[in-house]
Amino acid sequence: MATVIEPTIFELSSPGRRGVKMPASDVPTTALPPKELLRSELPLPELAEVDVVRHYMKLSSFNYSVDSGFYPLGSCTMKYNPKINEDTCRYPGFLFTHPLQPIETVQGNLALMYEMQEWLMEISGFAGVTLQPAAGAHGEFTGVLMMAAYHKLRGDTKRTKMLIPDAAHGTNPASVGMLGMSVVTIPSDSRGNVDLKALEAACDDTVVGMMLTNPNTLGMFDENIEKVVNMVKDCGGLMYGDGANLNALLGIVRPGDLGFDVMHFNLHKTFAVPHGGGGPGSGPVGVSQRLVDFLPSPLVGIVEEGDEETAPLYGFVTPKNSIGRMKAFHGHFGGGLVRSYTYIAMHGPDGLKDISQYAVLNANYLQARLRDTYKIPYDRICMHEFVMEGRFEGSDIRALDISKRLMDYNFHPPTNYFPLIVHEALMIEPTETENKDTLDRFADALIKIAEEAKTQPDLLHNAPSTTKFGRMDEVKAARELVLCCWLPEGYDLS
Amino acid sequence: MTYIPISPAERDAMLKTVGVKSLDDLFEAIPAKHRFPDLNLPPALTEMEAGAHLGDMASSNENVREHLISFLGAGAYHHYIPSVVDHILRRGEFYTAYTPYQPEISQGTLQAIFEYQSLMTNLTGMEVSNASHYDGATATAEAVNLAYAQFRGKRKKIVMSPTVHPQYREVIRTYTQAMGLEEVGDDASNHEVTPEAMISLIDESTMLVVVQYPDFFGRIFDYKKLIDAAHEKGALVCVVANPTALLMLKSPGEMGADIVVGEAQPFGIPLWYGGPYLGFFTTKKSYVHKMAGRLVGETVDARGNRSYVLTLTAREQHIKRERATSNICTNQGLLALGCSVYMSVLGKQGLQEVANLCYQKAHYAAAELSKIDGFGLCHVEPFFHEFVLCCPKPASEVNQYLLDNGILGGYDLGKDYPDMQNHLLVAVTEMNSKDEIDSLVEILKEMK
Repeated sequence: MATVIEPTIFELSSPGRRGVKMPASDVPTTALPPKELLRSELPLPELAEVDVVRHYMKLSSFNYSVDSGFYPLGSCTMKYNPKINEDTCRYPGFLFTHPLQPIETVQGNLALMYEMQEWLMEISGFAGVTLQPAAGAHGEFTGVLMMAAYHKLRGDTKRTKMLIPDAAHGTNPASVGMLGMSVVTIPSDSRGNVDLKALEAACDDTVVGMMLTNPNTLGMFDENIEKVVNMVKDCGGLMYGDGANLNALLGIVRPGDLGFDVMHFNLHKTFAVPHGGGGPGSGPVGVSQRLVDFLPSPLVGIVEEGDEETAPLYGFVTPKNSIGRMKAFHGHFGGGLVRSYTYIAMHGPDGLKDISQYAVLNANYLQARLRDTYKIPYDRICMHEFVMEGRFEGSDIRALDISKRLMDYNFHPPTNYFPLIVHEALMIEPTETENKDTLDRFADALIKIAEEAKTQPDLLHNAPSTTKFGRMDEVKAARELVLCCWLPEGYDLS
Repeated sequence: MTYIPISPAERDAMLKTVGVKSLDDLFEAIPAKHRFPDLNLPPALTEMEAGAHLGDMASSNENVREHLISFLGAGAYHHYIPSVVDHILRRGEFYTAYTPYQPEISQGTLQAIFEYQSLMTNLTGMEVSNASHYDGATATAEAVNLAYAQFRGKRKKIVMSPTVHPQYREVIRTYTQAMGLEEVGDDASNHEVTPEAMISLIDESTMLVVVQYPDFFGRIFDYKKLIDAAHEKGALVCVVANPTALLMLKSPGEMGADIVVGEAQPFGIPLWYGGPYLGFFTTKKSYVHKMAGRLVGETVDARGNRSYVLTLTAREQHIKRERATSNICTNQGLLALGCSVYMSVLGKQGLQEVANLCYQKAHYAAAELSKIDGFGLCHVEPFFHEFVLCCPKPASEVNQYLLDNGILGGYDLGKDYPDMQNHLLVAVTEMNSKDEIDSLVEILKEMK
């Protein structure tokens, strides 16, 4: 029998125990619907409030988080999440407004959304923005739908191929797969740029477009970006920019100026919406002039112009050739937009540029400190992240072992085994919110681990050893598929 | 430099280590003519100023706690959220963590998701739940993807009830626009269709039947016959369910549903002007390999501790890329936690009280409203906490009149159903006191 460190909420349940009570009914009683429409049992836990609080507090203590330490997870931009954002997004005026209220009663919300659209357009150099997509992948899907709709409206129906570099996030091909298009993988060259020869060979009149992450997942800004964009456009394709790595570009360069047609923003990366243990995120999408009519509906617009004395009236507008609605209501307003709005308002143009400059400085500093110890396959000035190999000649140590050993030094590991084009990849993104001392301690730990790999490799093989939990048996989980738990036997469920 | 903890001296030392002279030197790979654009944005605010500015924006709204009495639902519901929920969600250990890809140091998130999966399967009567979708609408669209994958694209017909939430139906149309599907039944003028009448639309090319429970008009139907008929033709059935109603009503699992999805916003998530909410997705174990999204399974660690990991990840985008079941990556993790805390702290009895209060108050409201001259209930079927009120004039005018009197009326059904211009969808929850209901009735009595 496995040892149970913390029982499940179901195991903690005790029949008849009460948590929060509801008031008694203040209306005359109506008979319930006929019995055949009612459920006979409700197998849910019964606990007191204190039981619930202690359970979740215990669980919280099993987590590593940005608030507890350094979290250099590449491509995830685990920056500090300012506390003021947690307050502003909970202001009653935001919390207690219904998405279907008449627009006259929610002008504060609509003004915030309108400004957010404008700000994201200014930051990225695009002509239009939708705030509707719920996350990065949802934004990608939105973008690809618009690209398909653009070609379709022009009667250009033979375009079915999407060009995607080998270093791309898995969500790119998966988004394309959802539309039944085919993916043509474009290799990277020896400097981590798109291989121009391969791109040239793939560019023809069947190309929908290209999905490019720039800087890419190696942390490299493509040195031929203008050529790449022109080649795709010359064959009639559209350029999609994966905004996952936008934290490197604020006030540095605008993707719209580089010729991109569409890009999603990850507000949960670049604009400090907390990751929440996996979400919610927020994935607005910006587009160039040629795609503005295809944006999802509705957008926020000015429906009655204001003048010196009265503010404009904000409302909803539907683009002419809209691809339709991507989700119910208006996007991740409270948890996404209000937090990011607060964040952008507190930075201004100079503050945004600082973010990217220091994110890039921190990554280059770590790269410089680790260059002599770890192999860096694409070694040049990086942007906000870099990738090194987690392996040593003549050793069976792998990136996974290094990652697990980092936990013993109380660091969250980097992203490992991604991008796929680097052997035993360790992808490190420090973000701008770490100080030099933290970066030094992290570099020192990695240098020490490299030494341990030679002298005491079992320390790595058996890592982590100082954490509450050890390595997991993932095969058992997939084989047995225990995916939920139930109330203990003999429980009265009615 | 708002949140950047690096002093000028440290910066200079770091630049020296890197081997460049200035921060600007780090950006030579950027085309010079586009490098360092001037951004036309308002100047930075301090925390104090930002708090005040956002406070002004928030308070220029009329909200349903301080200004308006609300009877508006239609997919987003005003419910009481116990204090504990937000206290747990404000734990930095939960909200500043990433997706639990490193299970040794993410057991808090992983066990919480495992418990969420368990709570949802117990509620819906299904066998498997994933870790969440963006919202109820996108969860429903993913049910279509599951069915499409299940039949390997060989069945292409969806039978769609016109009484599924209009926005959900719109989202499904957006999601599937390139899949070449045939959608039947989704006719807004045929909204009186019964589940039994939909049976004739199902044939051997049908991959999925989609119904809502209670339906968009609040009506409760037992879908068992429809589900049995669909199964006879080999089709799957997806039930879009309201979780609060499931606390009282027979679960879709008991009726034989293959997929039960819905919007879990009523379980501990604020109205928040429409998001972020929480899409739940539950199904049978036999479809687990076709299901989108993350999944947590139980295992043991190297020390013999019971523990949890993300499992069956080979279905997902980061492994399978263009052949993945879905492109979903980030989901609604923190809100799934909030939903679990909500369900746990109310517990079985507290949740049953919530459901009963919704039912009782809605029925009191319906009874009183239908006594007013010119008003009446549109349907005779049993309902839960939402019902259609026939009005003597267009619902848009009724709503405007109510708003002038501080009441957020119901949802104007004429927006989606052309022959329902005089029909108001009214929602009542435990948040509506008898006094509020009585004043709604009194005000409508005086409407000219």
